Amino acid sequence: MKLHLSPAPHVHSPQTTRALMLNVLVALIPCAIAGVYLFGFSAILLMLVSVLSAVAGEAIIQKILGQKSRINDMSAAVTGLILALNLSPRTPWWVAMAGSLFAVIVVKGLFGGLGDNFLNPALAARAFLLVCWPRYLTTWAAPLAADAVAGATPLANPAGYTLGQLFLGNIPGSIGEVCKPAILLGLVYLLFTKTITWQIPVYMTAFTGVFCALMGGGFVESMLSGGVLFAAVFMATDYVTCPMSTKGQIVYAAGIGLIIALIRKFGLYPEGVTFAILLMNVATPIIDRFTKRRVYGYEDNKKKEAKANG
Amino acid sequence: MDNRTSNGILAGNPLFRLGLGVCPALAVTTCASAALGMGVATACVLVCSSLVAFVLGKVVSEKGTVATWIMVTACFATVAQFILKGWFPELASELGIFVPLIAVSSLLLSRADFASNNSLGAAMGDAVGMGIGYIIAMTLVGIVREILGQGTLFGSDLLPFTPMTLVALPAGGFIVLGLLMGCWNAITAKKNGKEETQA
Repeated sequence: MKLHLSPAPHVHSPQTTRALMLNVLVALIPCAIAGVYLFGFSAILLMLVSVLSAVAGEAIIQKILGQKSRINDMSAAVTGLILALNLSPRTPWWVAMAGSLFAVIVVKGLFGGLGDNFLNPALAARAFLLVCWPRYLTTWAAPLAADAVAGATPLANPAGYTLGQLFLGNIPGSIGEVCKPAILLGLVYLLFTKTITWQIPVYMTAFTGVFCALMGGGFVESMLSGGVLFAAVFMATDYVTCPMSTKGQIVYAAGIGLIIALIRKFGLYPEGVTFAILLMNVATPIIDRFTKRRVYGYEDNKKKEAKANG
Repeated sequence: MDNRTSNGILAGNPLFRLGLGVCPALAVTTCASAALGMGVATACVLVCSSLVAFVLGKVVSEKGTVATWIMVTACFATVAQFILKGWFPELASELGIFVPLIAVSSLLLSRADFASNNSLGAAMGDAVGMGIGYIIAMTLVGIVREILGQGTLFGSDLLPFTPMTLVALPAGGFIVLGLLMGCWNAITAKKNGKEETQA
């Protein structure tokens, strides 16, 4: 009999990066369809440009850095699609292209590729575009309009929309963030396939509502306006840039909620989801350090200290 | 060209290879002309202070070196500030505090230290090379940031597309400097694969 010796772990998971990324892509389909239905052809164009340039950018940077090409893991395609869904339907195509290239080349590639990026690439790219070309990112379009009619988002004009409109997505906003049923459909799919866990989306949305309500906003309205729900499901849950333990994830979600509320109330920008998640991405290593789980078989460090002192 | 001089320009470029003088390279490089001016001012102060440091190196005791180098660089930085204010008032107001701050630049101190420990030829070759290298590096950062951030080059319109505001902000300065550093390293590593960087 031949024995095969190898170090732990011995149990292999059938989950691969590619399978997980495909799950995310599938979960994004309802949002994409809703976006195209609400905003028309320009939404399709933006998604195509964004995805293609993200994949091309990833191939180029991996070629330049002499790495093995990993575009087959689909993570670049996910980044591109999420970025496009985060843009206003009236964004020029070259802005989307610049954002995708920035995401995969500067934020992801130069920091070592998938798994080593300290920021969510799609969000960092959105922040980059928001600072570079604010005019293009904050010109919104009314949904279901034959001509491109400019509209104010619910965050700029809170009294202008009913709760039903906010929920169904008949409002101006980014392509993917407006239609809440589509996002929830995606969330259910992601939970069903165990791609993500429920903690971050639920806590982040709830904390945002609570903190906004404390600062004088409506509890339900603040959760349904802007990009909170979309970001909670698809971006705050990015494996690479969120804390590992449940305790850490609650701290992370609460931090995001607090920063969103602060930016909405006091900030220069009407929406703060992008910057809130990026700031908590940066804080993630610290959160991870303070919420380390006890290693099985070892004593808790705090207890040990108490014993030594007492 | 002298070996020390070419080292200062390419393989041992102060900004791109040694990471010296980074603060002004982020602060005053939003347009190419200011970056060039800052580079020239720093290079002039560098050559003068290296010469004096070489002379003083023979008499100053080991314990007093850093204080002495700061005195020397502060003298020449003050001279540079007066010259800029007198003849180039616009440039002087653009560079602001960063001209007097040349006095405590890590670039100046490290080069003064080198000059005091080496022969006159090596000291001057090093100062001139580092000075030219710093001017080139600063101007490069300035050119890239001005083209992308404001759509102009040395003040004249250039870009057909809307400039990227981020590049003109401090965060963009870090990104541009990092990217140029990477390119510079890749190019010099390919060119003199065996030649070691001399700090």
